[in-house]
Amino acid sequence: MSLGDSSTPIGKVRGLGSAHHGGEHWLTERVTSIALLLLGVWLIASLLMLPKLDQRTLIEWLHAPSGAIPMALFVVVGFRHGLDGMKVVIDDYVDNDGARFAWNAAMLFLAVAGGAIALFALGRIAFGAVA
Amino acid sequence: MASTRSRPLSPHLSIWRWGPNMAASILHRASGVALTIGGLAVLTWWLWAIASGPDAYATFTAAVQHPLGLVVLVGLTWSFFQHLLTGIRHLIMDTGAIFELQINKTSAVLTFIGAIVLTVLLWAYFLGVAK
Repeated sequence: MSLGDSSTPIGKVRGLGSAHHGGEHWLTERVTSIALLLLGVWLIASLLMLPKLDQRTLIEWLHAPSGAIPMALFVVVGFRHGLDGMKVVIDDYVDNDGARFAWNAAMLFLAVAGGAIALFALGRIAFGAVA
Repeated sequence: MASTRSRPLSPHLSIWRWGPNMAASILHRASGVALTIGGLAVLTWWLWAIASGPDAYATFTAAVQHPLGLVVLVGLTWSFFQHLLTGIRHLIMDTGAIFELQINKTSAVLTFIGAIVLTVLLWAYFLGVAK
Protein backbone atom coordinates (compact mmCIF):
# COMPACT_ATOMS: atom_id res chain seq x y z
CA MET A 1 0.00 0.00 0.00
CA SER A 2 1.64 3.22 -1.11
CA LEU A 3 1.46 6.46 0.84
CA GLY A 4 -1.77 8.31 0.18
CA ASP A 5 -3.61 5.21 -0.90
CA SER A 6 -6.60 5.11 1.38
CA SER A 7 -8.25 2.01 -0.05
CA THR A 8 -8.68 -0.91 2.29
CA PRO A 9 -7.23 -4.36 1.67
CA ILE A 10 -10.71 -5.77 1.00
CA GLY A 11 -11.36 -2.93 -1.46
CA LYS A 12 -8.25 -3.88 -3.39
CA VAL A 13 -9.27 -7.49 -3.92
CA ARG A 14 -13.03 -7.11 -4.30
CA GLY A 15 -14.19 -8.09 -7.78
CA LEU A 16 -10.83 -9.59 -8.77
CA GLY A 17 -11.88 -13.25 -8.56
CA SER A 18 -12.48 -15.13 -11.77
CA ALA A 19 -16.22 -14.61 -11.43
CA HIS A 20 -15.75 -10.96 -10.25
CA HIS A 21 -18.68 -11.25 -7.89
CA GLY A 22 -20.94 -13.99 -6.73
CA GLY A 23 -20.92 -14.07 -2.95
CA GLU A 24 -24.57 -13.14 -2.85
CA HIS A 25 -25.44 -15.65 -5.56
CA TRP A 26 -23.66 -18.36 -3.60
CA LEU A 27 -25.50 -17.49 -0.41
CA THR A 28 -28.88 -17.21 -2.17
CA GLU A 29 -28.38 -20.71 -3.54
CA ARG A 30 -27.83 -22.02 0.00
CA VAL A 31 -30.76 -20.15 1.53
CA THR A 32 -33.16 -21.25 -1.23
CA SER A 33 -31.88 -24.81 -0.82
CA ILE A 34 -32.87 -24.79 2.86
CA ALA A 35 -36.30 -23.43 1.91
CA LEU A 36 -36.68 -26.13 -0.74
CA LEU A 37 -35.65 -28.79 1.76
CA LEU A 38 -38.64 -27.78 3.91
CA LEU A 39 -41.01 -27.25 0.96
CA GLY A 40 -39.88 -30.49 -0.72
CA VAL A 41 -40.61 -32.49 2.42
CA TRP A 42 -43.98 -30.70 2.60
CA LEU A 43 -44.77 -31.63 -1.02
CA ILE A 44 -43.86 -35.31 -0.63
CA ALA A 45 -45.70 -35.54 2.71
CA SER A 46 -48.78 -33.85 1.21
CA LEU A 47 -48.87 -36.21 -1.77
CA LEU A 48 -48.51 -39.17 0.58
CA MET A 49 -51.32 -37.95 2.84
CA LEU A 50 -53.84 -37.20 0.10
CA PRO A 51 -56.41 -40.01 -0.02
CA LYS A 52 -56.30 -40.13 -3.83
CA LEU A 53 -54.38 -38.38 -6.57
CA ASP A 54 -57.35 -37.68 -8.84
CA GLN A 55 -58.11 -34.21 -10.14
CA ARG A 56 -60.91 -33.45 -7.67
CA THR A 57 -58.76 -34.26 -4.64
CA LEU A 58 -55.85 -32.20 -6.03
CA ILE A 59 -58.11 -29.20 -6.70
CA GLU A 60 -59.48 -29.34 -3.15
CA TRP A 61 -55.92 -29.56 -1.84
CA LEU A 62 -54.61 -26.60 -3.87
CA HIS A 63 -57.81 -24.57 -3.41
CA ALA A 64 -57.22 -24.37 0.34
CA PRO A 65 -54.66 -21.80 1.56
CA SER A 66 -52.80 -24.60 3.38
CA GLY A 67 -52.08 -26.15 -0.01
CA ALA A 68 -51.96 -23.12 -2.30
CA ILE A 69 -49.53 -20.98 -0.29
CA PRO A 70 -46.76 -23.58 0.19
CA MET A 71 -47.19 -24.61 -3.46
CA ALA A 72 -46.80 -20.97 -4.59
CA LEU A 73 -43.63 -20.76 -2.47
CA PHE A 74 -42.40 -24.06 -3.91
CA VAL A 75 -42.89 -22.76 -7.46
CA VAL A 76 -41.18 -19.40 -6.84
CA VAL A 77 -38.27 -20.74 -4.79
CA GLY A 78 -37.94 -23.80 -7.03
CA PHE A 79 -37.60 -21.76 -10.21
CA ARG A 80 -35.21 -19.34 -8.50
CA HIS A 81 -33.01 -22.14 -7.15
CA GLY A 82 -33.07 -23.94 -10.52
CA LEU A 83 -32.05 -20.74 -12.29
CA ASP A 84 -29.23 -20.09 -9.81
CA GLY A 85 -28.01 -23.66 -10.24
CA MET A 86 -28.11 -23.52 -14.03
CA LYS A 87 -26.05 -20.32 -13.91
CA VAL A 88 -23.31 -22.14 -12.00
CA VAL A 89 -23.30 -24.97 -14.53
CA ILE A 90 -23.33 -22.58 -17.52
CA ASP A 91 -20.61 -20.34 -16.04
CA ASP A 92 -18.47 -23.44 -15.48
CA TYR A 93 -18.84 -25.06 -18.89
CA VAL A 94 -19.50 -22.30 -21.43
CA ASP A 95 -16.19 -20.61 -22.17
CA ASN A 96 -17.19 -18.04 -24.76
CA ASP A 97 -18.43 -14.76 -23.22
CA GLY A 98 -21.16 -14.21 -25.79
CA ALA A 99 -22.45 -17.77 -25.67
CA ARG A 100 -22.40 -17.71 -21.88
CA PHE A 101 -24.44 -14.51 -21.84
CA ALA A 102 -26.90 -16.00 -24.33
CA TRP A 103 -27.29 -19.20 -22.32
CA ASN A 104 -27.79 -17.33 -19.06
CA ALA A 105 -30.29 -14.94 -20.66
CA ALA A 106 -32.19 -17.87 -22.20
CA MET A 107 -32.33 -19.60 -18.80
CA LEU A 108 -33.57 -16.41 -17.14
CA PHE A 109 -36.37 -16.02 -19.68
CA LEU A 110 -37.29 -19.71 -19.40
CA ALA A 111 -37.35 -19.60 -15.61
CA VAL A 112 -39.43 -16.42 -15.41
CA ALA A 113 -41.85 -17.62 -18.10
CA GLY A 114 -42.12 -21.10 -16.56
CA GLY A 115 -42.66 -19.66 -13.09
CA ALA A 116 -45.35 -17.32 -14.41
CA ILE A 117 -47.16 -20.18 -16.17
CA ALA A 118 -47.03 -22.37 -13.06
CA LEU A 119 -48.23 -19.54 -10.79
CA PHE A 120 -51.03 -18.63 -13.19
CA ALA A 121 -52.20 -22.25 -13.24
CA LEU A 122 -52.02 -22.40 -9.45
CA GLY A 123 -53.97 -19.14 -9.23
CA ARG A 124 -56.74 -20.59 -11.39
CA ILE A 125 -56.96 -23.57 -9.04
CA ALA A 126 -56.72 -21.55 -5.84
CA PHE A 127 -59.16 -18.79 -6.80
CA GLY A 128 -61.41 -20.84 -9.04
CA ALA A 129 -64.50 -22.78 -8.05
CA VAL A 130 -64.08 -26.29 -6.70
CA ALA A 131 -65.57 -28.42 -9.46
CA MET B 1 14.46 -23.62 -19.92
CA ALA B 2 10.92 -23.15 -21.16
CA SER B 3 9.33 -26.51 -21.72
CA THR B 4 7.29 -27.01 -24.87
CA ARG B 5 6.09 -30.37 -23.63
CA SER B 6 2.31 -30.29 -23.35
CA ARG B 7 1.29 -30.73 -19.75
CA PRO B 8 -2.07 -32.07 -18.59
CA LEU B 9 -4.52 -29.42 -17.53
CA SER B 10 -6.32 -29.64 -14.24
CA PRO B 11 -9.10 -30.62 -13.96
CA HIS B 12 -8.56 -33.22 -16.63
CA LEU B 13 -11.63 -35.39 -17.10
CA SER B 14 -9.77 -38.42 -18.44
CA ILE B 15 -7.28 -38.46 -15.59
CA TRP B 16 -9.74 -38.26 -12.68
CA ARG B 17 -10.27 -41.53 -10.92
CA TRP B 18 -13.89 -42.32 -10.14
CA GLY B 19 -14.64 -42.32 -6.45
CA PRO B 20 -17.73 -41.86 -4.27
CA ASN B 21 -16.97 -38.21 -3.50
CA MET B 22 -16.54 -37.05 -7.07
CA ALA B 23 -19.50 -39.17 -8.15
CA ALA B 24 -21.61 -37.42 -5.51
CA SER B 25 -20.45 -34.07 -6.81
CA ILE B 26 -21.27 -34.72 -10.46
CA LEU B 27 -24.52 -36.51 -9.59
CA HIS B 28 -25.56 -33.44 -7.60
CA ARG B 29 -25.04 -31.33 -10.71
CA ALA B 30 -26.67 -33.77 -13.11
CA SER B 31 -29.69 -34.29 -10.86
CA GLY B 32 -29.98 -30.52 -10.38
CA VAL B 33 -30.06 -29.94 -14.14
CA ALA B 34 -32.58 -32.78 -14.56
CA LEU B 35 -34.81 -31.30 -11.86
CA THR B 36 -34.59 -27.80 -13.27
CA ILE B 37 -35.36 -28.78 -16.86
CA GLY B 38 -37.49 -31.91 -16.41
CA GLY B 39 -38.84 -31.50 -12.89
CA LEU B 40 -40.03 -27.92 -13.24
CA ALA B 41 -41.52 -28.70 -16.65
CA VAL B 42 -43.51 -31.61 -15.22
CA LEU B 43 -44.55 -29.52 -12.18
CA THR B 44 -45.77 -26.72 -14.46
CA TRP B 45 -47.58 -29.13 -16.79
CA TRP B 46 -49.16 -30.87 -13.78
CA LEU B 47 -50.48 -27.60 -12.30
CA TRP B 48 -51.69 -26.47 -15.72
CA ALA B 49 -53.47 -29.78 -16.27
CA ILE B 50 -55.16 -29.67 -12.85
CA ALA B 51 -56.35 -26.12 -13.60
CA SER B 52 -57.54 -26.88 -17.13
CA GLY B 53 -60.24 -29.45 -16.58
CA PRO B 54 -60.79 -33.21 -16.89
CA ASP B 55 -59.56 -33.60 -20.48
CA ALA B 56 -56.24 -31.89 -19.83
CA TYR B 57 -55.77 -33.85 -16.64
CA ALA B 58 -56.57 -37.12 -18.43
CA THR B 59 -53.89 -36.29 -21.02
CA PHE B 60 -51.40 -35.69 -18.22
CA THR B 61 -52.21 -38.90 -16.33
CA ALA B 62 -52.10 -40.90 -19.57
CA ALA B 63 -48.63 -39.51 -20.29
CA VAL B 64 -47.23 -40.22 -16.83
CA GLN B 65 -48.78 -43.69 -16.72
CA HIS B 66 -47.17 -44.60 -20.03
CA PRO B 67 -44.07 -46.76 -19.34
CA LEU B 68 -41.84 -44.02 -20.72
CA GLY B 69 -43.57 -41.39 -18.59
CA LEU B 70 -43.19 -43.60 -15.55
CA VAL B 71 -39.46 -43.95 -16.22
CA VAL B 72 -39.19 -40.15 -16.40
CA LEU B 73 -41.16 -39.68 -13.16
CA VAL B 74 -39.17 -42.32 -11.28
CA GLY B 75 -35.97 -40.77 -12.65
CA LEU B 76 -37.07 -37.34 -11.45
CA THR B 77 -37.99 -38.73 -8.03
CA TRP B 78 -34.57 -40.33 -7.77
CA SER B 79 -32.97 -37.06 -8.89
CA PHE B 80 -35.01 -35.22 -6.27
CA PHE B 81 -33.83 -37.44 -3.40
CA GLN B 82 -30.24 -37.62 -4.68
CA HIS B 83 -30.09 -33.81 -5.01
CA LEU B 84 -31.75 -33.36 -1.62
CA LEU B 85 -29.32 -35.69 0.15
CA THR B 86 -26.15 -34.47 -1.59
CA GLY B 87 -27.51 -30.95 -0.99
CA ILE B 88 -27.67 -31.59 2.76
CA ARG B 89 -24.16 -33.06 2.56
CA HIS B 90 -22.93 -29.94 0.76
CA LEU B 91 -24.56 -27.68 3.35
CA ILE B 92 -22.68 -29.59 6.05
CA MET B 93 -19.47 -29.28 4.02
CA ASP B 94 -20.08 -25.52 3.71
CA THR B 95 -19.49 -25.34 7.47
CA GLY B 96 -16.05 -26.90 6.94
CA ALA B 97 -17.04 -30.29 8.30
CA ILE B 98 -16.72 -33.83 6.86
CA PHE B 99 -13.75 -33.14 4.60
CA GLU B 100 -11.79 -35.98 6.19
CA LEU B 101 -11.33 -38.67 3.56
CA GLN B 102 -13.19 -41.51 5.22
CA ILE B 103 -16.29 -39.62 6.40
CA ASN B 104 -16.37 -37.76 3.09
CA LYS B 105 -16.50 -41.04 1.18
CA THR B 106 -18.90 -42.69 3.59
CA SER B 107 -21.33 -39.76 3.50
CA ALA B 108 -21.22 -39.78 -0.31
CA VAL B 109 -22.08 -43.49 -0.40
CA LEU B 110 -24.87 -42.88 2.14
CA THR B 111 -26.50 -40.33 -0.20
CA PHE B 112 -26.51 -42.93 -3.02
CA ILE B 113 -28.09 -45.59 -0.81
CA GLY B 114 -30.53 -43.12 0.75
CA ALA B 115 -31.72 -41.76 -2.60
CA ILE B 116 -32.42 -45.24 -3.98
CA VAL B 117 -34.14 -46.41 -0.79
CA LEU B 118 -36.38 -43.30 -0.62
CA THR B 119 -37.25 -43.57 -4.32
CA VAL B 120 -38.19 -47.25 -4.01
CA LEU B 121 -40.23 -46.61 -0.84
CA LEU B 122 -42.13 -43.69 -2.35
CA TRP B 123 -43.00 -45.54 -5.55
CA ALA B 124 -43.91 -48.71 -3.71
CA TYR B 125 -46.39 -46.58 -1.77
CA PHE B 126 -47.71 -44.69 -4.82
CA LEU B 127 -48.14 -47.80 -6.97
CA GLY B 128 -49.66 -49.66 -4.05
CA VAL B 129 -52.21 -46.96 -3.27
CA ALA B 130 -53.00 -45.39 -6.62
CA LYS B 131 -53.62 -48.69 -8.38
